[in-house]
Amino acid sequence: MTIDTTPKMSWWNRLSHPGQFVVQTRPLVLPLAVLTGVLFVIGLWYGLFSSPPEKYMGDTVRIMYVHVPTAWLSQFVYATMAVSALGTLVWRHPMADVSMKAAAPLGATFTAMALFTGSLWGRPTWGTFWEWDGRMTSTLVLLFIYLGIVALWRAFDDQLRAARVVAVFTLVGAVNIPIIKFSVDWWSTLHQPASVFRADGPTMPGEILTPLFVMFFAFTFLFITLQLAAMHTEVRRRRITTLERRAARGDAR
Amino acid sequence: MSGFLSVLSREIRLSLRGGGEILTLVLFFVIVGAVVPFAVGPDKALLARIAPGIVWIAAFLAMLLGLEKLFGPDRADGTLALYRLADIPLSAVVAAKVMAHWLTAALPLILASPALALLLAMDGETFWRTVLSLLLGTPALAGFGAIGAAVTVATRRGSLLAPILIAPLSVPVLIFGVGAISASGGPDQAQAAALLLAALSLMVVVLSPFAAALAIDWGED
Repeated sequence: MTIDTTPKMSWWNRLSHPGQFVVQTRPLVLPLAVLTGVLFVIGLWYGLFSSPPEKYMGDTVRIMYVHVPTAWLSQFVYATMAVSALGTLVWRHPMADVSMKAAAPLGATFTAMALFTGSLWGRPTWGTFWEWDGRMTSTLVLLFIYLGIVALWRAFDDQLRAARVVAVFTLVGAVNIPIIKFSVDWWSTLHQPASVFRADGPTMPGEILTPLFVMFFAFTFLFITLQLAAMHTEVRRRRITTLERRAARGDAR
Repeated sequence: MSGFLSVLSREIRLSLRGGGEILTLVLFFVIVGAVVPFAVGPDKALLARIAPGIVWIAAFLAMLLGLEKLFGPDRADGTLALYRLADIPLSAVVAAKVMAHWLTAALPLILASPALALLLAMDGETFWRTVLSLLLGTPALAGFGAIGAAVTVATRRGSLLAPILIAPLSVPVLIFGVGAISASGGPDQAQAAALLLAALSLMVVVLSPFAAALAIDWGED
């Protein structure tokens, strides 16, 4: 009996090859997309038809089913980016850069959606589109940070070099975001004491909580699906750039 | 240590002999403050109320102006590449540059702030609190500026990008800086804001050289 001593590649190492990553995760995209679609259908059905209007806010409470999940994702996506940035800086994992790059525009979009739905909701219930409330202000600053990161990615020609620089900035931002959040809360309580608006709203009955949870998972799976698809696109885009460069060099000779 | 000091003195000498850059910054600072009364009207009570905010915004913008020369010229003439190979760690070089940046881009503004205080009808007590809050807060702006400049130094359009990147990060500095001046929350609040501002500055000044050095080091292949 012979013992096979050739080193086996772990799944972690196998995933670090961009081509292998695409091959391994490609089959996941369709089931995830279907799952997302089903969750959205169920969540929207519950949210729009099967749940009662709220006692004080009426039908506008249904905005919450989009607003709360996107607001949660605006923070979750940054956490994804920060973990990917650690992956880039500590392990130099090639897919970590790709994940970081794919997440930035998604995070910016979810944050913008949270702000947009929030101001649509604020108009009928609070009587204003925008209030310099702590939570809203810190979300706005988060949007600016996302957009800055997207701009930073685009400023570099060499994406491998960009990844390491962006990773440093993402981690600086990750350290800073709690400070911003805390300072902005402190600032707005200083200037407008006893905020009338309770951000957590009234205690929710089950028929409102159910669609909220379903939509919450629907949006999270939407992010995972889009993230994977965007990572595949980025891998292909890099390969095309390499091939083009190689072709140009071949022509020059 | 001698390496640190020589980088520091080199930076200071460069900006002192660099054709009046410091004077330009100070002029910009005063002019930004002096333009505001034209925009909001010369109502003394209103000006006195918003003066702390104006001084902080003017200082913030003036410090953003000086960012470009923090690492840009050194990268263009190859000095930055030599710094990376130097005996002292790159973070020490960056720390020296942050200090020099503060001495040449923030200290002159603080020295010029009496002019702005006069123009904006500040009273004496508010003026001294403004000077204190600028002294406490501008090191944090210099530290954030170093991060922004380091992250964008390898790009072509960096000079426009750095302010966009660091402005959101500087929000706490502005909040606590203005909070330390305005007495709207009572004297206890102002003192708490000043202490938090000092804590923030200390943290940023200590940590930013490492982050900036990392960004520079990895931005060059």
